[in-house]
Amino acid sequence: MVEPLFKVRGLKVALLDMTKKPLLGRAPKVEILKGLDFELPARSVTGIVGESGSGKSTLGRSLVRLLEPSAGTIWFDGDDITNLPEAELKPLRRNLQMIFQDPMSSLNPRRTIASIIAAPLKQNGITDSLKERVAEALKRVGLPESFGGRYRHELSGGQRQRVGIARALALSPKFVLADEIVSGLDVSTQAQILALLERLADEMGLTVAFISHDLSVIRRLCKQVIVMRSGQIVESGRTDNLFARPNHDYTRELLAAIPLPEIDPGWLGGRTETKASA
Amino acid sequence: MTAPCLEITNLSATLANRMRVLRSVSLTVEPGEVHALVGESGAGKSMIGKAVLGVLPLSVRVAEGSIRLEGTDLRRLWSRKRRKLIGARTALIPQDPLTALNPSRRIGPQMTDRLIKILGWDGKRAAARIRQLLDEVRIREPERVVRCYPHELSGGMRQRVLIAAAFAAEPRLIVADEPTTALDVTVQKQILRLIAEMQREHGTAILFVTHDLGVVAKISQKVSVLYAGKIVEEADTPALFAAPQHPYTRALIAATPRYTDPLASLKPVNEAVLAELAAEIAAADLDWRASRG
Repeated sequence: MVEPLFKVRGLKVALLDMTKKPLLGRAPKVEILKGLDFELPARSVTGIVGESGSGKSTLGRSLVRLLEPSAGTIWFDGDDITNLPEAELKPLRRNLQMIFQDPMSSLNPRRTIASIIAAPLKQNGITDSLKERVAEALKRVGLPESFGGRYRHELSGGQRQRVGIARALALSPKFVLADEIVSGLDVSTQAQILALLERLADEMGLTVAFISHDLSVIRRLCKQVIVMRSGQIVESGRTDNLFARPNHDYTRELLAAIPLPEIDPGWLGGRTETKASA
Repeated sequence: MTAPCLEITNLSATLANRMRVLRSVSLTVEPGEVHALVGESGAGKSMIGKAVLGVLPLSVRVAEGSIRLEGTDLRRLWSRKRRKLIGARTALIPQDPLTALNPSRRIGPQMTDRLIKILGWDGKRAAARIRQLLDEVRIREPERVVRCYPHELSGGMRQRVLIAAAFAAEPRLIVADEPTTALDVTVQKQILRLIAEMQREHGTAILFVTHDLGVVAKISQKVSVLYAGKIVEEADTPALFAAPQHPYTRALIAATPRYTDPLASLKPVNEAVLAELAAEIAAADLDWRASRG
Protein backbone atom coordinates (compact mmCIF):
# COMPACT_ATOMS: atom_id res chain seq x y z
CA MET A 1 0.00 0.00 0.00
CA VAL A 2 1.41 3.34 -1.07
CA GLU A 3 1.39 6.05 1.59
CA PRO A 4 -1.04 8.79 0.55
CA LEU A 5 0.49 12.23 -0.09
CA PHE A 6 -2.73 13.91 0.92
CA LYS A 7 -5.06 12.65 3.59
CA VAL A 8 -8.26 14.61 4.14
CA ARG A 9 -10.89 14.09 6.82
CA GLY A 10 -14.18 15.91 7.27
CA LEU A 11 -13.23 18.75 4.92
CA LYS A 12 -15.77 21.54 4.85
CA VAL A 13 -15.46 24.80 2.99
CA ALA A 14 -17.91 27.66 3.22
CA LEU A 15 -17.78 30.68 0.95
CA LEU A 16 -19.68 33.95 0.93
CA ASP A 17 -22.74 33.90 -1.30
CA MET A 18 -22.47 37.30 -2.97
CA THR A 19 -25.69 36.82 -4.93
CA LYS A 20 -27.59 36.93 -1.63
CA LYS A 21 -25.66 39.85 -0.13
CA PRO A 22 -27.88 42.64 1.13
CA LEU A 23 -26.92 46.12 -0.09
CA LEU A 24 -25.48 47.08 3.30
CA GLY A 25 -24.46 44.13 5.36
CA ARG A 26 -22.73 40.84 5.12
CA ALA A 27 -23.22 38.15 2.55
CA PRO A 28 -24.46 34.88 4.01
CA LYS A 29 -22.15 31.87 3.94
CA VAL A 30 -22.94 28.90 1.80
CA GLU A 31 -21.37 25.51 2.37
CA ILE A 32 -19.61 24.38 -0.82
CA LEU A 33 -17.90 21.25 0.50
CA LYS A 34 -19.96 19.27 2.96
CA GLY A 35 -17.49 17.08 4.82
CA LEU A 36 -15.18 15.12 2.53
CA ASP A 37 -12.96 12.16 3.43
CA PHE A 38 -10.40 11.00 0.88
CA GLU A 39 -6.74 10.29 0.17
CA LEU A 40 -4.55 11.09 -2.80
CA PRO A 41 -2.03 8.26 -3.25
CA ALA A 42 1.55 9.46 -3.81
CA ARG A 43 3.11 9.32 -7.28
CA SER A 44 -0.20 8.75 -8.94
CA VAL A 45 -2.79 10.73 -10.90
CA THR A 46 -6.19 11.04 -9.26
CA GLY A 47 -9.11 12.36 -11.26
CA ILE A 48 -11.75 14.58 -9.69
CA VAL A 49 -14.87 14.71 -11.82
CA GLY A 50 -18.20 16.44 -11.46
CA GLU A 51 -20.52 18.91 -13.13
CA SER A 52 -20.27 22.65 -12.72
CA GLY A 53 -20.99 23.71 -9.16
CA SER A 54 -20.17 20.28 -7.73
CA GLY A 55 -17.23 21.74 -5.78
CA LYS A 56 -14.37 20.08 -7.63
CA SER A 57 -12.36 23.30 -8.04
CA THR A 58 -13.09 24.32 -4.45
CA LEU A 59 -11.72 20.96 -3.37
CA GLY A 60 -8.56 21.50 -5.42
CA ARG A 61 -8.03 25.00 -4.15
CA SER A 62 -8.39 24.00 -0.54
CA LEU A 63 -5.74 21.28 -1.05
CA VAL A 64 -3.18 23.89 -2.08
CA ARG A 65 -4.48 26.16 0.69
CA LEU A 66 -5.75 28.90 -1.60
CA LEU A 67 -9.00 28.55 0.31
CA GLU A 68 -9.36 28.20 4.05
CA PRO A 69 -11.32 25.13 5.16
CA SER A 70 -14.04 25.88 7.69
CA ALA A 71 -13.74 22.44 9.27
CA GLY A 72 -11.79 19.24 8.87
CA THR A 73 -8.12 18.31 8.60
CA ILE A 74 -5.70 18.14 5.68
CA TRP A 75 -2.48 16.18 6.09
CA PHE A 76 0.18 16.73 3.44
CA ASP A 77 3.06 14.28 3.47
CA GLY A 78 2.20 13.35 7.03
CA ASP A 79 1.93 16.91 8.38
CA ASP A 80 -1.25 18.66 9.35
CA ILE A 81 -1.35 21.77 7.15
CA THR A 82 -4.96 22.75 7.80
CA ASN A 83 -4.22 25.74 9.97
CA LEU A 84 -0.56 26.46 9.25
CA PRO A 85 0.06 30.21 9.11
CA GLU A 86 1.25 31.52 5.76
CA ALA A 87 4.85 31.95 6.98
CA GLU A 88 5.13 28.26 7.81
CA LEU A 89 3.24 27.31 4.71
CA LYS A 90 5.66 29.11 2.43
CA PRO A 91 8.41 26.45 2.39
CA LEU A 92 5.72 23.87 1.56
CA ARG A 93 4.33 25.91 -1.31
CA ARG A 94 7.13 24.89 -3.66
CA ASN A 95 5.73 21.39 -3.43
CA LEU A 96 2.16 22.52 -4.12
CA GLN A 97 1.97 23.76 -7.69
CA MET A 98 -0.91 24.54 -10.01
CA ILE A 99 -1.63 24.35 -13.72
CA PHE A 100 -4.55 26.58 -14.67
CA GLN A 101 -7.46 26.13 -17.02
CA ASP A 102 -6.92 29.15 -19.21
CA PRO A 103 -3.27 29.50 -20.21
CA MET A 104 -4.03 32.89 -21.75
CA SER A 105 -5.12 34.60 -18.57
CA SER A 106 -2.67 32.73 -16.36
CA LEU A 107 0.40 34.00 -18.24
CA ASN A 108 1.47 37.60 -17.77
CA PRO A 109 1.18 39.36 -21.16
CA ARG A 110 4.03 41.77 -20.41
CA ARG A 111 6.66 39.24 -19.43
CA THR A 112 8.66 36.88 -21.57
CA ILE A 113 8.05 33.16 -21.32
CA ALA A 114 11.51 32.73 -19.75
CA SER A 115 10.74 35.25 -17.03
CA ILE A 116 7.36 33.61 -16.36
CA ILE A 117 8.98 30.22 -15.87
CA ALA A 118 11.80 31.71 -13.77
CA ALA A 119 9.36 33.45 -11.41
CA PRO A 120 8.66 30.47 -9.10
CA LEU A 121 12.40 29.70 -9.00
CA LYS A 122 13.31 33.24 -7.94
CA GLN A 123 10.47 33.30 -5.46
CA ASN A 124 12.03 30.29 -3.79
CA GLY A 125 15.50 31.78 -3.68
CA ILE A 126 16.96 29.90 -6.61
CA THR A 127 19.06 32.40 -8.52
CA ASP A 128 22.02 30.42 -9.83
CA SER A 129 22.05 29.13 -13.42
CA LEU A 130 18.50 30.37 -13.98
CA LYS A 131 18.95 30.39 -17.73
CA GLU A 132 19.86 26.71 -17.81
CA ARG A 133 16.98 25.79 -15.52
CA VAL A 134 14.48 27.66 -17.71
CA ALA A 135 15.90 26.00 -20.83
CA GLU A 136 15.58 22.65 -19.11
CA ALA A 137 11.97 23.37 -18.12
CA LEU A 138 11.10 24.33 -21.71
CA LYS A 139 12.81 21.24 -23.08
CA ARG A 140 10.87 19.09 -20.66
CA VAL A 141 7.56 20.22 -22.18
CA GLY A 142 8.78 19.93 -25.75
CA LEU A 143 9.36 23.61 -26.52
CA PRO A 144 12.58 24.96 -28.06
CA GLU A 145 14.80 27.16 -25.89
CA SER A 146 14.20 30.10 -28.24
CA PHE A 147 10.59 30.31 -26.98
CA GLY A 148 11.97 31.81 -23.78
CA GLY A 149 12.24 35.18 -25.50
CA ARG A 150 8.64 35.21 -26.71
CA TYR A 151 5.45 36.59 -25.21
CA ARG A 152 2.23 34.71 -24.61
CA HIS A 153 0.42 36.21 -27.60
CA GLU A 154 3.05 34.74 -29.91
CA LEU A 155 2.15 31.21 -28.84
CA SER A 156 -0.69 28.87 -29.81
CA GLY A 157 -3.13 27.57 -27.20
CA GLY A 158 -1.31 24.26 -26.87
CA GLN A 159 2.08 25.96 -26.56
CA ARG A 160 0.74 28.28 -23.87
CA GLN A 161 -0.51 25.33 -21.87
CA ARG A 162 2.94 23.73 -22.23
CA VAL A 163 4.39 26.89 -20.68
CA GLY A 164 1.87 26.59 -17.83
CA ILE A 165 3.06 23.04 -17.24
CA ALA A 166 6.73 24.08 -17.46
CA ARG A 167 6.14 26.76 -14.81
CA ALA A 168 4.33 24.37 -12.47
CA LEU A 169 7.08 21.77 -12.78
CA ALA A 170 10.05 24.16 -12.64
CA LEU A 171 10.53 23.48 -8.92
CA SER A 172 10.07 19.71 -9.27
CA PRO A 173 7.12 19.77 -6.86
CA LYS A 174 5.64 16.74 -5.14
CA PHE A 175 2.07 17.75 -5.90
CA VAL A 176 0.45 19.38 -8.91
CA LEU A 177 -3.14 20.54 -9.12
CA ALA A 178 -4.35 20.47 -12.74
CA ASP A 179 -7.71 22.23 -12.91
CA GLU A 180 -9.50 21.65 -16.24
CA ILE A 181 -6.24 22.14 -18.08
CA VAL A 182 -7.46 20.79 -21.42
CA SER A 183 -11.05 21.98 -21.52
CA GLY A 184 -10.16 25.10 -23.51
CA LEU A 185 -8.14 23.22 -26.09
CA ASP A 186 -9.02 21.59 -29.40
CA VAL A 187 -9.20 17.80 -29.41
CA SER A 188 -5.94 17.34 -31.30
CA THR A 189 -4.06 19.64 -28.90
CA GLN A 190 -5.83 18.12 -25.91
CA ALA A 191 -4.44 14.71 -26.79
CA GLN A 192 -0.89 16.10 -26.97
CA ILE A 193 -1.12 17.90 -23.64
CA LEU A 194 -2.54 14.83 -21.90
CA ALA A 195 0.22 12.63 -23.31
CA LEU A 196 2.78 15.16 -22.07
CA LEU A 197 1.32 15.34 -18.57
CA GLU A 198 1.08 11.55 -18.41
CA ARG A 199 4.75 11.17 -19.36
CA LEU A 200 6.01 13.89 -16.99
CA ALA A 201 3.96 12.64 -14.05
CA ASP A 202 5.51 9.25 -14.57
CA GLU A 203 9.09 10.46 -15.08
CA MET A 204 9.06 12.94 -12.20
CA GLY A 205 7.00 10.82 -9.82
CA LEU A 206 4.36 13.52 -9.43
CA THR A 207 1.20 13.27 -7.43
CA VAL A 208 -1.48 14.93 -9.53
CA ALA A 209 -5.04 15.95 -8.75
CA PHE A 210 -6.60 16.16 -12.20
CA ILE A 211 -9.86 18.07 -12.14
CA SER A 212 -12.07 17.60 -15.17
CA HIS A 213 -15.70 17.43 -16.22
CA ASP A 214 -14.81 14.89 -18.89
CA LEU A 215 -14.94 11.25 -17.79
CA SER A 216 -13.34 10.08 -21.02
CA VAL A 217 -10.24 12.15 -20.32
CA ILE A 218 -10.15 10.93 -16.71
CA ARG A 219 -10.45 7.33 -17.86
CA ARG A 220 -7.37 7.72 -20.00
CA LEU A 221 -5.14 9.54 -17.54
CA CYS A 222 -6.07 8.70 -13.95
CA LYS A 223 -5.45 5.67 -11.74
CA GLN A 224 -8.08 6.69 -9.20
CA VAL A 225 -11.14 8.82 -9.56
CA ILE A 226 -13.36 10.78 -7.20
CA VAL A 227 -16.88 11.58 -8.44
CA MET A 228 -18.41 14.69 -6.89
CA ARG A 229 -21.89 16.11 -6.75
CA SER A 230 -23.15 19.15 -4.82
CA GLY A 231 -20.19 19.28 -2.47
CA GLN A 232 -20.11 15.60 -1.64
CA ILE A 233 -18.19 12.58 -2.85
CA VAL A 234 -20.63 10.32 -4.62
CA GLU A 235 -18.22 7.53 -5.34
CA SER A 236 -14.48 6.97 -5.53
CA GLY A 237 -12.10 4.19 -6.35
CA ARG A 238 -9.77 2.73 -8.92
CA THR A 239 -10.61 4.01 -12.38
CA ASP A 240 -10.82 0.51 -13.91
CA ASN A 241 -13.30 -0.68 -11.32
CA LEU A 242 -15.39 2.46 -11.35
CA PHE A 243 -15.82 2.41 -15.11
CA ALA A 244 -16.43 -1.32 -15.23
CA ARG A 245 -18.92 -1.32 -12.37
CA PRO A 246 -20.16 2.13 -11.41
CA ASN A 247 -21.90 1.75 -8.06
CA HIS A 248 -23.82 4.94 -7.92
CA ASP A 249 -26.75 5.97 -10.14
CA TYR A 250 -25.24 9.40 -10.60
CA THR A 251 -22.00 7.94 -12.01
CA ARG A 252 -24.03 5.79 -14.40
CA GLU A 253 -26.04 8.83 -15.44
CA LEU A 254 -22.87 10.83 -16.10
CA LEU A 255 -21.44 8.03 -18.22
CA ALA A 256 -24.65 7.61 -20.19
CA ALA A 257 -24.77 11.34 -20.94
CA ILE A 258 -21.41 11.41 -22.71
CA PRO A 259 -21.94 11.55 -26.48
CA LEU A 260 -19.41 9.08 -27.84
CA PRO A 261 -18.21 9.54 -31.42
CA GLU A 262 -20.16 6.47 -32.56
CA ILE A 263 -23.48 6.03 -34.26
CA ASP A 264 -26.16 5.09 -31.74
CA PRO A 265 -29.69 5.86 -32.87
CA GLY A 266 -31.13 4.98 -29.47
CA TRP A 267 -29.03 7.55 -27.60
CA LEU A 268 -31.38 10.47 -28.10
CA GLY A 269 -34.45 8.32 -27.64
CA GLY A 270 -35.41 6.73 -24.38
CA ARG A 271 -37.81 8.09 -21.87
CA THR A 272 -38.67 11.75 -22.17
CA GLU A 273 -37.58 13.70 -19.18
CA THR A 274 -39.96 15.47 -16.84
CA LYS A 275 -40.63 19.14 -17.12
CA ALA A 276 -37.90 21.54 -16.06
CA SER A 277 -38.86 24.25 -13.63
CA ALA A 278 -37.18 27.60 -13.14
CA MET B 1 -38.18 19.09 -57.78
CA THR B 2 -37.99 21.48 -54.86
CA ALA B 3 -34.92 23.57 -54.15
CA PRO B 4 -32.72 22.55 -51.22
CA CYS B 5 -33.30 24.45 -48.03
CA LEU B 6 -29.79 25.84 -48.12
CA GLU B 7 -27.33 25.62 -50.96
CA ILE B 8 -23.89 27.15 -50.59
CA THR B 9 -21.80 27.08 -53.74
CA ASN B 10 -18.13 27.81 -53.99
CA LEU B 11 -18.20 30.35 -51.18
CA SER B 12 -14.95 32.18 -50.46
CA ALA B 13 -14.54 34.93 -47.91
CA THR B 14 -11.48 37.05 -47.34
CA LEU B 15 -10.00 39.38 -44.76
CA ALA B 16 -8.74 42.85 -45.63
CA ASN B 17 -5.29 41.42 -46.38
CA ARG B 18 -6.89 39.12 -48.98
CA MET B 19 -6.26 36.04 -46.86
CA ARG B 20 -9.07 33.55 -47.34
CA VAL B 21 -11.01 32.49 -44.25
CA LEU B 22 -13.52 30.41 -46.21
CA ARG B 23 -12.08 28.45 -49.10
CA SER B 24 -14.53 27.55 -51.88
CA VAL B 25 -17.07 26.04 -49.51
CA SER B 26 -19.97 24.15 -51.08
CA LEU B 27 -22.66 22.39 -49.11
CA THR B 28 -26.32 21.54 -49.35
CA VAL B 29 -28.86 21.19 -46.58
CA GLU B 30 -32.11 19.47 -47.58
CA PRO B 31 -35.39 20.41 -45.91
CA GLY B 32 -35.76 18.81 -42.50
CA GLU B 33 -32.18 17.63 -42.35
CA VAL B 34 -29.57 18.19 -39.64
CA HIS B 35 -26.25 19.01 -41.23
CA ALA B 36 -23.30 19.25 -38.86
CA LEU B 37 -20.29 21.49 -39.44
CA VAL B 38 -17.42 20.13 -37.39
CA GLY B 39 -13.87 21.35 -37.00
CA GLU B 40 -11.36 22.75 -34.56
CA SER B 41 -11.21 26.39 -33.51
CA GLY B 42 -10.48 28.68 -36.43
CA ALA B 43 -11.74 26.17 -38.98
CA GLY B 44 -14.44 28.59 -40.11
CA LYS B 45 -17.48 26.60 -39.00
CA SER B 46 -19.14 29.53 -37.22
CA MET B 47 -18.13 31.78 -40.11
CA ILE B 48 -20.29 29.73 -42.47
CA GLY B 49 -23.24 30.04 -40.10
CA LYS B 50 -22.70 33.79 -39.88
CA ALA B 51 -22.47 34.10 -43.66
CA VAL B 52 -25.83 32.36 -44.00
CA LEU B 53 -27.43 34.63 -41.40
CA GLY B 54 -25.83 37.70 -43.00
CA VAL B 55 -24.01 38.69 -39.83
CA LEU B 56 -20.38 38.32 -40.87
CA PRO B 57 -18.01 40.68 -39.07
CA LEU B 58 -17.23 43.81 -41.07
CA SER B 59 -13.63 42.67 -41.51
CA VAL B 60 -14.76 39.65 -43.53
CA ARG B 61 -15.83 40.10 -47.14
CA VAL B 62 -17.54 37.48 -49.25
CA ALA B 63 -15.38 37.38 -52.37
CA GLU B 64 -17.10 34.77 -54.44
CA GLY B 65 -19.84 32.17 -54.48
CA SER B 66 -23.52 32.03 -53.69
CA ILE B 67 -25.75 31.28 -50.72
CA ARG B 68 -29.21 30.14 -51.76
CA LEU B 69 -32.01 29.97 -49.25
CA GLU B 70 -34.82 27.88 -50.73
CA GLY B 71 -33.59 28.80 -54.19
CA THR B 72 -33.14 32.54 -53.63
CA ASP B 73 -29.58 33.78 -53.98
CA LEU B 74 -29.08 35.96 -50.91
CA ARG B 75 -26.11 37.78 -52.41
CA ARG B 76 -28.27 39.08 -55.27
CA LEU B 77 -30.81 40.73 -52.99
CA TRP B 78 -30.70 44.30 -51.75
CA SER B 79 -29.72 44.38 -48.11
CA ARG B 80 -33.18 45.32 -46.80
CA LYS B 81 -34.90 42.58 -48.72
CA ARG B 82 -32.17 40.14 -47.76
CA ARG B 83 -32.52 40.92 -44.08
CA LYS B 84 -36.25 40.48 -44.27
CA LEU B 85 -35.95 37.11 -45.98
CA ILE B 86 -33.29 35.88 -43.56
CA GLY B 87 -35.33 37.14 -40.61
CA ALA B 88 -38.46 35.36 -41.76
CA ARG B 89 -36.98 32.04 -42.78
CA THR B 90 -34.03 31.42 -40.47
CA ALA B 91 -33.27 31.53 -36.79
CA LEU B 92 -30.24 31.13 -34.55
CA ILE B 93 -29.67 29.01 -31.47
CA PRO B 94 -26.55 30.63 -30.02
CA GLN B 95 -23.78 29.11 -27.94
CA ASP B 96 -24.04 31.17 -24.82
CA PRO B 97 -27.61 31.68 -23.71
CA LEU B 98 -26.57 34.27 -21.14
CA THR B 99 -24.94 36.73 -23.54
CA ALA B 100 -27.60 36.10 -26.18
CA LEU B 101 -30.33 37.36 -23.87
CA ASN B 102 -30.62 40.98 -22.81
CA PRO B 103 -30.00 40.99 -19.04
CA SER B 104 -32.23 43.99 -18.40
CA ARG B 105 -35.38 42.75 -20.14
CA ARG B 106 -37.84 40.07 -19.14
CA ILE B 107 -37.84 36.77 -21.08
CA GLY B 108 -41.32 37.20 -22.61
CA PRO B 109 -40.80 40.44 -24.54
CA GLN B 110 -37.42 39.24 -25.76
CA MET B 111 -39.06 36.15 -27.23
CA THR B 112 -41.94 37.96 -28.91
CA ASP B 113 -39.75 40.69 -30.44
CA ARG B 114 -39.04 38.77 -33.60
CA LEU B 115 -42.62 37.70 -34.16
CA ILE B 116 -43.90 41.24 -33.76
CA LYS B 117 -41.17 43.23 -35.45
CA ILE B 118 -40.29 40.96 -38.36
CA LEU B 119 -43.44 38.97 -38.97
CA GLY B 120 -45.82 41.75 -37.98
CA TRP B 121 -47.88 39.67 -35.56
CA ASP B 122 -49.95 41.43 -32.94
CA GLY B 123 -48.84 41.16 -29.33
CA LYS B 124 -51.57 38.81 -28.21
CA ARG B 125 -50.96 36.27 -30.92
CA ALA B 126 -47.18 36.42 -30.34
CA ALA B 127 -47.61 35.91 -26.59
CA ALA B 128 -49.88 32.92 -27.14
CA ARG B 129 -47.40 31.41 -29.57
CA ILE B 130 -44.53 31.83 -27.12
CA ARG B 131 -46.61 30.25 -24.38
CA GLN B 132 -47.24 27.27 -26.64
CA LEU B 133 -43.56 26.92 -27.53
CA LEU B 134 -42.44 27.13 -23.90
CA ASP B 135 -44.78 24.28 -23.26
CA GLU B 136 -43.28 22.32 -26.16
CA VAL B 137 -39.76 22.71 -24.76
CA ARG B 138 -41.16 21.40 -21.46
CA ILE B 139 -40.84 24.47 -19.34
CA ARG B 140 -43.05 24.26 -16.32
CA GLU B 141 -44.97 27.40 -15.38
CA PRO B 142 -44.45 29.31 -18.64
CA GLU B 143 -46.44 32.25 -17.20
CA ARG B 144 -43.79 32.70 -14.55
CA VAL B 145 -40.83 32.17 -16.86
CA VAL B 146 -41.89 34.89 -19.30
CA ARG B 147 -41.77 37.37 -16.42
CA CYS B 148 -38.28 36.26 -15.30
CA TYR B 149 -35.03 38.01 -16.10
CA PRO B 150 -32.34 35.85 -17.72
CA HIS B 151 -30.24 35.62 -14.55
CA GLU B 152 -33.12 34.00 -12.72
CA LEU B 153 -32.94 30.91 -14.95
CA SER B 154 -30.37 28.11 -15.01
CA GLY B 155 -28.15 27.55 -18.05
CA GLY B 156 -30.27 24.67 -19.29
CA MET B 157 -33.48 26.67 -18.85
CA ARG B 158 -32.05 29.64 -20.75
CA GLN B 159 -31.08 27.33 -23.60
CA ARG B 160 -34.64 25.92 -23.63
CA VAL B 161 -36.00 29.46 -23.86
CA LEU B 162 -33.76 30.21 -26.83
CA ILE B 163 -34.75 26.98 -28.54
CA ALA B 164 -38.40 27.90 -28.09
CA ALA B 165 -37.72 31.37 -29.50
CA ALA B 166 -35.88 29.91 -32.49
CA PHE B 167 -38.76 27.59 -33.42
CA ALA B 168 -41.52 30.13 -32.68
CA ALA B 169 -41.66 31.70 -36.13
CA GLU B 170 -41.48 28.31 -37.89
CA PRO B 171 -38.21 29.02 -39.70
CA ARG B 172 -37.13 26.74 -42.53
CA LEU B 173 -33.53 26.75 -41.38
CA ILE B 174 -31.97 27.08 -37.95
CA VAL B 175 -28.30 27.76 -37.43
CA ALA B 176 -27.31 26.17 -34.12
CA ASP B 177 -23.90 27.52 -33.16
CA GLU B 178 -22.38 25.22 -30.52
CA PRO B 179 -25.67 25.25 -28.60
CA THR B 180 -24.55 22.78 -25.93
CA THR B 181 -20.88 23.65 -25.50
CA ALA B 182 -21.43 25.71 -22.35
CA LEU B 183 -23.59 23.06 -20.68
CA ASP B 184 -22.84 20.14 -18.37
CA VAL B 185 -23.01 16.69 -19.99
CA THR B 186 -26.30 15.66 -18.42
CA VAL B 187 -27.95 18.93 -19.41
CA GLN B 188 -26.34 18.70 -22.84
CA LYS B 189 -28.03 15.36 -23.39
CA GLN B 190 -31.44 16.79 -22.48
CA ILE B 191 -30.94 19.77 -24.77
CA LEU B 192 -29.74 17.65 -27.70
CA ARG B 193 -32.73 15.41 -27.22
CA LEU B 194 -35.01 18.43 -27.19
CA ILE B 195 -33.49 19.94 -30.34
CA ALA B 196 -33.82 16.61 -32.16
CA GLU B 197 -37.44 16.25 -31.06
CA MET B 198 -38.43 19.81 -32.00
CA GLN B 199 -36.59 19.48 -35.30
CA ARG B 200 -38.51 16.30 -36.18
CA GLU B 201 -41.87 17.72 -35.20
CA HIS B 202 -41.44 21.02 -36.99
CA GLY B 203 -39.54 19.57 -39.96
CA THR B 204 -36.91 22.29 -39.68
CA ALA B 205 -33.49 21.99 -41.30
CA ILE B 206 -30.58 22.68 -38.97
CA LEU B 207 -27.04 23.74 -39.73
CA PHE B 208 -25.42 22.45 -36.55
CA VAL B 209 -22.02 23.96 -35.73
CA THR B 210 -19.97 21.98 -33.22
CA HIS B 211 -16.40 21.01 -32.36
CA ASP B 212 -17.51 17.73 -30.80
CA LEU B 213 -17.60 14.65 -33.01
CA GLY B 214 -19.61 12.90 -30.29
CA VAL B 215 -22.40 15.45 -30.71
CA VAL B 216 -22.13 15.10 -34.50
CA ALA B 217 -22.64 11.35 -34.26
CA LYS B 218 -25.78 11.73 -32.17
CA ILE B 219 -27.60 14.65 -33.78
CA SER B 220 -26.83 14.89 -37.48
CA GLN B 221 -27.68 13.03 -40.68
CA LYS B 222 -25.02 14.76 -42.77
CA VAL B 223 -21.67 16.18 -41.78
CA SER B 224 -19.00 18.43 -43.25
CA VAL B 225 -15.55 18.34 -41.71
CA LEU B 226 -13.74 21.66 -41.90
CA TYR B 227 -10.11 22.60 -41.65
CA ALA B 228 -8.82 26.13 -42.20
CA GLY B 229 -12.01 27.26 -43.92
CA LYS B 230 -12.08 24.31 -46.29
CA ILE B 231 -14.42 21.34 -46.31
CA VAL B 232 -12.09 18.35 -46.30
CA GLU B 233 -14.85 15.76 -46.23
CA GLU B 234 -18.61 15.71 -46.57
CA ALA B 235 -20.57 12.54 -45.91
CA ASP B 236 -23.66 10.95 -44.43
CA THR B 237 -22.95 10.83 -40.72
CA PRO B 238 -23.08 7.01 -40.38
CA ALA B 239 -20.71 6.68 -43.34
CA LEU B 240 -18.28 9.18 -41.85
CA PHE B 241 -17.91 7.18 -38.66
CA ALA B 242 -17.95 3.80 -40.41
CA ALA B 243 -15.34 4.70 -43.01
CA PRO B 244 -13.78 8.16 -42.74
CA GLN B 245 -12.11 8.93 -46.06
CA HIS B 246 -9.86 11.89 -45.36
CA PRO B 247 -6.73 11.41 -43.18
CA TYR B 248 -7.67 14.53 -41.19
CA THR B 249 -11.11 13.13 -40.39
CA ARG B 250 -9.52 9.89 -39.27
CA ALA B 251 -7.06 11.81 -37.07
CA LEU B 252 -9.86 13.89 -35.56
CA ILE B 253 -11.93 10.81 -34.70
CA ALA B 254 -8.87 9.13 -33.15
CA ALA B 255 -8.15 12.25 -31.07
CA THR B 256 -11.67 12.44 -29.64
CA PRO B 257 -11.85 11.01 -26.09
CA ARG B 258 -13.86 7.82 -25.63
CA TYR B 259 -14.08 6.30 -22.18
CA THR B 260 -15.13 2.96 -23.62
CA ASP B 261 -11.83 2.63 -25.45
CA PRO B 262 -9.19 4.77 -23.71
CA LEU B 263 -6.22 3.37 -25.56
CA ALA B 264 -7.62 3.83 -29.06
CA SER B 265 -8.84 7.37 -28.36
CA LEU B 266 -7.07 10.63 -27.50
CA LYS B 267 -4.39 9.99 -30.09
CA PRO B 268 -2.39 13.14 -30.90
CA VAL B 269 -2.90 14.25 -34.50
CA ASN B 270 -0.02 13.26 -36.74
CA GLU B 271 1.86 16.42 -37.76
CA ALA B 272 2.40 15.02 -41.25
CA VAL B 273 -1.35 14.99 -41.87
CA LEU B 274 -1.58 18.68 -40.94
CA ALA B 275 1.51 19.59 -42.97
CA GLU B 276 0.07 17.94 -46.05
CA LEU B 277 -3.23 19.75 -45.57
CA ALA B 278 -1.47 23.09 -45.15
CA ALA B 279 0.50 22.52 -48.35
CA GLU B 280 -2.69 21.59 -50.21
CA ILE B 281 -4.40 24.73 -48.96
CA ALA B 282 -1.46 26.98 -49.85
CA ALA B 283 -1.43 25.60 -53.39
CA ALA B 284 -5.19 26.08 -53.76
CA ASP B 285 -4.87 29.66 -52.51
CA LEU B 286 -2.22 30.42 -55.14
CA ASP B 287 -4.46 29.04 -57.88
CA TRP B 288 -7.41 30.98 -56.55
CA ARG B 289 -5.52 34.26 -56.48
CA ALA B 290 -4.14 33.65 -59.97
CA SER B 291 -7.63 32.95 -61.32
CA ARG B 292 -8.86 36.25 -59.95
CA GLY B 293 -5.93 38.20 -61.40
